[in-house]
Amino acid sequence: MHFAGIDIGSRTIELVVLDEAGNIVSSLQADTGFDPMEEARNLIDGTRYDRIMATGYGRNLFEISFDASTVTEIKAHARGSRSYFPDAQTVLDIGGQDSKAIALFENGKVKKFEMNDRCAAGTGKFLEIMARTLGFDLEDFGKEALSVEKDLNISSMCTVFAESEVTSLIAKGKSRQEIARGLHASVIRRAAAMINRVSSEGDIVFTGGVAKNPCMCTLLERKLGRRILTPDDPQSVGALGAALLAQEE
Amino acid sequence: MTENYRAMWKDLGLDLEAHDGLLAVLGEAYQDIYLSQKNRPAGMGYFDFVMSEVHGLRIKELLDEKKAGRKIIGSYCVFVPEEIALAANATLVGLCSGADFAMEEVERILPRNTCALIKSSFGFKLGKVCPYLESADMIVGENTCDGKKKAYESLSDLVKNLYVMDLPQVKSDHGKALLKAEYNRFRKAVEGLTGIPVSDKSLKQAIRTVNAKRTAIHRLSALRKADPAPISGLDALLANQVFFYDNPERFTESVHKICDELENRIAEKNGVFPENTPRILVSGCPQAVPNWKLPFIVESSGAVIVGEESCVGERGTRNLTDETGETVEQMMDAIADRYFQVDCAIFTPNPDRLKHIQEMVAAYNADGVIHYGLQFCQPYLMESMPVEKAMEDANIPCLRIETDYSMEDVGQLKTRIEAFIEQLR
Repeated sequence: MHFAGIDIGSRTIELVVLDEAGNIVSSLQADTGFDPMEEARNLIDGTRYDRIMATGYGRNLFEISFDASTVTEIKAHARGSRSYFPDAQTVLDIGGQDSKAIALFENGKVKKFEMNDRCAAGTGKFLEIMARTLGFDLEDFGKEALSVEKDLNISSMCTVFAESEVTSLIAKGKSRQEIARGLHASVIRRAAAMINRVSSEGDIVFTGGVAKNPCMCTLLERKLGRRILTPDDPQSVGALGAALLAQEE
Repeated sequence: MTENYRAMWKDLGLDLEAHDGLLAVLGEAYQDIYLSQKNRPAGMGYFDFVMSEVHGLRIKELLDEKKAGRKIIGSYCVFVPEEIALAANATLVGLCSGADFAMEEVERILPRNTCALIKSSFGFKLGKVCPYLESADMIVGENTCDGKKKAYESLSDLVKNLYVMDLPQVKSDHGKALLKAEYNRFRKAVEGLTGIPVSDKSLKQAIRTVNAKRTAIHRLSALRKADPAPISGLDALLANQVFFYDNPERFTESVHKICDELENRIAEKNGVFPENTPRILVSGCPQAVPNWKLPFIVESSGAVIVGEESCVGERGTRNLTDETGETVEQMMDAIADRYFQVDCAIFTPNPDRLKHIQEMVAAYNADGVIHYGLQFCQPYLMESMPVEKAMEDANIPCLRIETDYSMEDVGQLKTRIEAFIEQLR
């Protein structure tokens, strides 16, 4: 038997397939694009599985189009994180358009969670737009921000307002790296506040695309004084969790 | 219903085009949210009919009452005693405040960061789409939260017959004395409006009529303790919403009728959801017609709502008015005693509400609590934090949500509510 998990996020879709023993036999990714179901179909075409579970914002659409069960991103990330770090009790997931802090019981069940509502402030999309405004590739954005020690304070968390703040800092001739670091710090403040609302101690598993950003990991660790654990492929943790839950169903 | 009532709506001064638009949206929402539910109790047919005629037949009835010499009083709050209105030959109806309407016009009068309920009440006036408001001979505002209190100052420019009732904010002897004085002032105002003085006999009868309504709702609520749930939270909420609009005697009779049916369902274990479906208590701000956003999300995500700790729900209907008084004065005291127990978040401190939430969790065997807060509703949002803390201390999962009447956050809410339900399984 093979078990698949698919995470249809706002920016990317991940597919993870497990064999009976729980080993990852394939892990695929695609951009969500304009037609998420078509992209999802392309990903699962040619993939062999017996059961599939969908998560992410596109899960309900997927459930209708394909024979699948669904689970929320919250439970999927919790489950996926525990497969990397079996004792984890706090998970932070920052994806393309939302962010969540999740506290787990010792047995891995979700105890409490916080999630941003409505707008994409403090998520991957925010960082992506800011990187573009500053002329950095998204892949280098964190590294560039980490290359300086000073951060310029960015007061607005709203993508639109922050962008004009950044534009005016550039016009004043401020260092792009310091602005970048300031932007990271502002996302961290928000994430830290969210984590503090659900849990006050212990290691934190950091998942989602934003966990690939080294500046985020460093600043978060410093801000909270807690160890940040990042899985090898933080972006596929949701899909992995869904696959594991499909297996356990 | 449209064709028969156009002349009536026109006479009331409604904007027919806008009103058609409202009814079309309402009809569609009702179809999608209510009529699509499976295995509904047959007794809900009555409430479906009431809703389909909510701006039609019911308005015609009110206008007929007016022709026969009765007066219509519109209200926005459970602190306005129906007993007093009925005893002075007036009918009390709840006024529309459950949907966004004419928001651009509203935001010319009210700040953007005003709660959806207050904005909605203005929207229905400015958009000329609430036949209840236009039929009313008196509109009662009440000094509950700061938002409403200040909004009534602006509303008085829009409606000529606004009466504002003051309310206490502290449960002290002074507070109770204020409430009694205000209820007596209200009684005199209603007597002045109708020209009919409240008598021992009429007040006693009015108390009985309203108590009968409450008793029927209490019976319905008690039946929701059963697992599997014999009625959906959506349908029970609807009955609680219709409480504010319908003819009291007919409402009482219809609720008892559905209760008879639910008792049979319980005996047959015929639920609207399977046994062991996660059970949720909703606590917080009122959900006025047609604000069905939260229960629709909850009940289409695999849980059932078993109680509403809300003005449109148990906060509004809890406790009967003592019927044993013989004089108007004794009965007026009894009315003040009954309403003074309402645990609205405008009171400080407000420990009774927390106690009631805990009692309701136990009574309805709820697995978790969703605290429903309207954005910018300071009193309930403030209380949501201690409520969450108290629930956590008692190991009762609690989800705080803050939303409005728009649909833009439905996707986010659905994810959060689904995740909460996963937590309860």
